[in-house]
Amino acid sequence: MTQAATASPALARPSLSPALRRGGIRAATTLVTFAALCGLYELYHWVWASAGWTWPFPVNDTTLPHLWTIAKALGRPSGYQGPLLIVLLLHHAWFTAKEALAGFALGAVTGFVLAVALVHSRLAQRALLPYIVASQTIPILAIAPMVVVWLKSGWQSVAVIAAYLTFFPVTINVLRGLQSAEARAHELMRSYAASRWQVLWRLRVPASLPYLFTALKISATASVVGAIIGELPSSIQSGLGGAIINFNQYYSLQPENLWATNVVAALLGVAFFLAVVLAEKLVVRRAPEHLA
Amino acid sequence: MNVQPMVALSGVTKTFTKGNVTALREIDLQIGPGEFVSLIGPSGCGKSTLLRLIGDLTPPTAGTVTVNGKPAPQARADHDYGMVFQDSVLFDWRTVEKNVALPLELLGWDRAKRKARVEEMLRLVELQGFGGHHPWQLSGGMQMRVAIARALSFEPSLLLMDEPFGALDEMTRERLNIELLEIWRRTESTVVFVTHSISEAVFLSTRVVVMSPRPGRIAGMVDIDLPQPRTADTREEPRFFELVTEVRELLRGVGADEHGSVLAEVSE
Amino acid sequence: MTVVAEPTRRGTVVRTIRTRAAEWIPAIVVFCLAIVAWQLIIDVFHIQKFLLPKPLAIVKAFWNERGTLWSAGWLTLKEALVGFGIGCGLAIASAVLLARFRRVSGALMPVAIAANAIPIIAFSPIFDAWFDPLSIWPRAATAAVLCFFPVFVNTLRGLTSVRPAQVELMRSYAAGEIDIFRRVRVPTALPFVFAALKVATVLAMIGAIVADYFGTFGSLGIAIKNAVSLFDFETAWAAILIASILGVALYVAVSLAERIALQWDPTRQERGSA
Repeated sequence: MTQAATASPALARPSLSPALRRGGIRAATTLVTFAALCGLYELYHWVWASAGWTWPFPVNDTTLPHLWTIAKALGRPSGYQGPLLIVLLLHHAWFTAKEALAGFALGAVTGFVLAVALVHSRLAQRALLPYIVASQTIPILAIAPMVVVWLKSGWQSVAVIAAYLTFFPVTINVLRGLQSAEARAHELMRSYAASRWQVLWRLRVPASLPYLFTALKISATASVVGAIIGELPSSIQSGLGGAIINFNQYYSLQPENLWATNVVAALLGVAFFLAVVLAEKLVVRRAPEHLA
Repeated sequence: MNVQPMVALSGVTKTFTKGNVTALREIDLQIGPGEFVSLIGPSGCGKSTLLRLIGDLTPPTAGTVTVNGKPAPQARADHDYGMVFQDSVLFDWRTVEKNVALPLELLGWDRAKRKARVEEMLRLVELQGFGGHHPWQLSGGMQMRVAIARALSFEPSLLLMDEPFGALDEMTRERLNIELLEIWRRTESTVVFVTHSISEAVFLSTRVVVMSPRPGRIAGMVDIDLPQPRTADTREEPRFFELVTEVRELLRGVGADEHGSVLAEVSE
Repeated sequence: MTVVAEPTRRGTVVRTIRTRAAEWIPAIVVFCLAIVAWQLIIDVFHIQKFLLPKPLAIVKAFWNERGTLWSAGWLTLKEALVGFGIGCGLAIASAVLLARFRRVSGALMPVAIAANAIPIIAFSPIFDAWFDPLSIWPRAATAAVLCFFPVFVNTLRGLTSVRPAQVELMRSYAAGEIDIFRRVRVPTALPFVFAALKVATVLAMIGAIVADYFGTFGSLGIAIKNAVSLFDFETAWAAILIASILGVALYVAVSLAERIALQWDPTRQERGSA
């Protein structure tokens, strides 16, 4: 009664090098695409500036600074005997990153707990979901000054504001994830007379992990945006928000500084995003076709 | 039956949507310990519902369900049975070992005991060495064997199986049939087996229960007196064909109540 | 286990309306309780009005300022709608174009993610330089930029999640690419698109309001900013609530459109209102 095994034990552990190679190819294509887009940008600038077209907007060195101007600005001192712009911006970015991380953690935990609470009660879902959704329609910039007043200016209020933008995707997605296990799996747990707690931690939560990480990817960038926005009413100078305000004032003189700040802000968001992607690779083991 | 039956249904009725749909009406059935009973019938005859009633996955609308001498909910709480579904319902995020260990974890077994039992079960279904794999790395037949190992891991005296081999190809099916009988013999358990296939029902069972639909009820039973252990050769014996025909005739009688074409849903 | 499907009878229409309405009762109850609790907490704890004004005070401010608030709201709504239209339109068009070229869209994803990480307020000064700061365009552009990414990503995902078996079936009928697009890809993508559009409605409103932060124009964002600077928190909250109500209204409008367009979809389940 022996059968030939149809799956060889060698499949047990996916080897590292194809994954690295794929990652390398992905990074290379991204760089190439980015370079192509930069080329398109400069092409647009050149064509529109030469032809003098004013739709959708007139093109000159203030509205669309050259990419090399932006790059050069990074290497120049930012003020009188100040540090290089890039160094300054990295300091600001680090400051904001800490706030964003706190907000990210707070928002993710809040969202997760909320989803777990909601999944156990249809009534609670009907009662509270409309307000959870509506909470995102309240413009964060309007609430931010009030949060600052409540919590006193400082990184705590910034973290709360960042958490405000973070918790919503987590709540919605984790709720969906917690409900995503098939009916048969729930029947199986019932056949084991499993308690609600056991069903939660052994079935619902593991099933929800792909959904959680999808949300965390959105929240990663949202927490950075939230932190920057949160700095504005707090008049915090040391973060990227402060840098944006500062360079906005001098935009007509040196537009490239603001653009450079935006680039750094984007890179910070991407860094957070990549951290989540890495965490996902380590935590979530699923059939390849089931990854969200 | 002198010995206390393993499963006893008495006057069991099950309706859905506030009485509009009657899945089962007045079912009386007794299954003795050590039996292998197949439930067969066309779609809508309630065989899967019947299985779920035994497992207390749904309550009866009327009547009583007794399992292992206790009411069905008590039997479920006492983990008296293991269940196997048509799609193996393995957890993607657990390895084969951890999948088999799932009920043991829920029962609070300690790690050493779990490890030992899991190894024992994987040997039983001939999957030793595959413990570290993930379900998606295994074929359909292997996944089903993992599901069976899991169902038996805490040594229940009753096994409930809902068309477990329905999604597999015929050759794998026949092989797994023989394996299942071997496991049944070794564990000395009782099996209630739902299937669409007449030949599978006859090959596996000590008794075949034929059901008819609308409303679901037992139309007849056939005792299978083929000798044990049954092998691939058993399928070619004259007595096998006789019994298959007997079951088919019963089903046809069931089908003739409706439009006769209902029979097309039950396969060879 | 099979349950016989029954055709819907006429009486069930009334029944479904009643059950739908009943689904909203818990939310309404929560709302009433929250308002009452709000009023009580302020009285009991003597919370100062600059932290949290009383609901009645907000309603009064709403009524007193209704002229300015109403026109401000209307203006912001216009900006948001224009931005919504442009952003979603561009996003859908790009997704349709790029769906054919799997490699290119895969390569653009990281760039899109990076662009999405730039806080919108950083765009405002740039848009003010591009367009006339006194027109609706800087704010509409901000709204459009916010809408673009979610709609683009989701439309792309919807268009490419078609089951290969369905495409093969169409090919067996010698259907051309355009036919396949119309009859298979579009219906498959619609649920994804609508999910993204719902998110985009809210983002468009927020984008329009946030863009006001650097502006001097008479819309809701400015109203909020001015009220806060004058410590008139009742009016500020009234304006915020209008913004919120408008956002919810847009969301509900798109939800209704979705319900009509996706009547055939059995996977849509009623789970609260999200």
